[in-house]
Amino acid sequence: MSATLENEPGVETGSSAQRLRTAVWGILKDRPSAIAGAVMLAGFVLVAVFAPVLAPHGIHEIVGPPFSTPGAYPPLGLDDGGGDILSLLMWGARISLTVGFAASMVAILVGGTIGVAAGFFGGATDTILMRITDYFLAIPDVPLMIVVAAIWGPSLLHIVLVIGLLLWTSTARIVRAQVKSVRERVYVKRARALGAGNARIIFRHVLPQVAPLLVANTVLTIAVAIFDETALAFLGLSDPSKISWGKMIKNATESAAISAGAWWTIVPPGICVALVILACTLMGQALEDALNPRLRVAHLAARGFRLLPRTLRDDA
Amino acid sequence: MRGIDFILKRTAFALITVFVAVTFNFVLFRALPGDAITNLSKVPGASPALRAELTKEFGLDKSKWEQYLVYLRQLATGNLGVSFSNQEPVTSVLFHAIGNTIPMVLMGTLFSIIFGTITGVLAAWKRRTVRGYGSVWLALGFYSLPTHFLGLMLLLLTAGYLPRGGRVDEFLFNPGLVAHWVDVGKHMLLPSLTLGLVLYGQYTLVVRSAMLETLGEDFVLTARAKGLPDRTIVLRHAFRNAMLPVITLIALSMGYIVAGSILIEKVFSWPGVGRLVSQSVDRRDWPVLQGTFLILTISVVFFNYVADLLYYEFDPRITT
Repeated sequence: MSATLENEPGVETGSSAQRLRTAVWGILKDRPSAIAGAVMLAGFVLVAVFAPVLAPHGIHEIVGPPFSTPGAYPPLGLDDGGGDILSLLMWGARISLTVGFAASMVAILVGGTIGVAAGFFGGATDTILMRITDYFLAIPDVPLMIVVAAIWGPSLLHIVLVIGLLLWTSTARIVRAQVKSVRERVYVKRARALGAGNARIIFRHVLPQVAPLLVANTVLTIAVAIFDETALAFLGLSDPSKISWGKMIKNATESAAISAGAWWTIVPPGICVALVILACTLMGQALEDALNPRLRVAHLAARGFRLLPRTLRDDA
Repeated sequence: MRGIDFILKRTAFALITVFVAVTFNFVLFRALPGDAITNLSKVPGASPALRAELTKEFGLDKSKWEQYLVYLRQLATGNLGVSFSNQEPVTSVLFHAIGNTIPMVLMGTLFSIIFGTITGVLAAWKRRTVRGYGSVWLALGFYSLPTHFLGLMLLLLTAGYLPRGGRVDEFLFNPGLVAHWVDVGKHMLLPSLTLGLVLYGQYTLVVRSAMLETLGEDFVLTARAKGLPDRTIVLRHAFRNAMLPVITLIALSMGYIVAGSILIEKVFSWPGVGRLVSQSVDRRDWPVLQGTFLILTISVVFFNYVADLLYYEFDPRITT
């Protein structure tokens, strides 16, 4: 019975994880900028994972005189306490990326659940959930994060929760739209006619269709989450005991690095944050464009008409 | 009637959002366990008498519901409370800060709208050429840089040429009117430029995708079939239509501008609303933080409301 369902044209066979992997890979491999983004992100993740092996010095280790200039030995120079910038970058990557990934997981979980519920059940559920989403969209999120983080007090968990619980709105809207269209497809109706319950339909038939879009959204959310972490750290609202890239920038500005002209304490962490944001944006947008059903013909294309996907999001 | 209905709907939504924000603001600061105001009575070694006194003074002995009503009544009369750090009314502190923020933000936003639109149109028009790729990568670059990091970089690059922070030079003795405004302008240049560059990246990308989308519409094909030159198609036909979503997106980026100005004003010690936020976080000055948050939310809601109305005015296709 389920075999006939799965063999319906347009529904690929294989386990859902496998299908997701093929879908995501199929999109990435034709886009050089997306591959570049994926490679950069993977590089940062590897460095973060292997920081204990790769980092030449510990977090609190004093390597030399404060503000030593970059050169042959400390390749990126030393900070105000004589800490090695290169090692700190590697250790900081762990915290920054953890916050980025964890917060976007929270956001995807909340946004995905609300989006699926609103799109799948429709009616009053949809109206109420989307109203709530609209209100959250209207409230400026960074000030709200600042207020909540200030009231809750600084800790890594709080930062993750604050960022995650305020970033879910766009996910919810995108997922809802997709679920609404999937819900009306014939194979979903057929599954229902065969007696499948809501849970089965959602997990077996709707979620696998929405999953690639969720992946795209997760990647884009990671970028925003890492930016937000840097911003909160800069305002002194991050965990004081943890070194992240945002914290490094904050420490440098507090220790008069600007007036000392010690650019090497600020530039490396800033560049790292920018590269991760760039990597996530390139990758996430390539995925999202490919998955967006609205492929457009660009009539101004110089020679002949060709199908051109919109290469950047219009619904920010 | 099409117009009245739409305006009523949007106005109702805006008002409800503001009301939700006001209530949320109350809950956030007062009704949470271990909230900010209760902490005030936790002075080390405070006697029970002092605690009772403080609780009574701030009206914390009343029920939450009564407190909420008092809060609403005071808000209606424009009373946002008194700053913990300097005992000044929050309203006057806020007004002063807003007056400093608006010119800075306005200059940066204008810069980004003008240049972002130009490069965005170019990037869509000259897609797949050096200029097209160049504009996109430049925009992506500025878009990826964290706001405060960009500000710090500009500070490092201009060290010695431009003032490092503040709004005026405190050591100028009795400057004339012209000298004073030149001084303010010099101080304002870097913060505005930082905001402008960050937004520039965002707007370029937004205008570009709006243009690409419009260039795919059937009327562009028709115009091309009529034999119109590319220049006319892009500037006269596509551009005007592509500007519609851009208006909304620029208004929606108000939230982003607000976030950016908090970071920028901290970097450049610009005495505006953003600096007020970071200062009151540092000083745990809850009344000021609460008032600022409320004002920021209301202004974002207001700009979204205006964008909706503008969009409606410019696009006759919208009926609901």
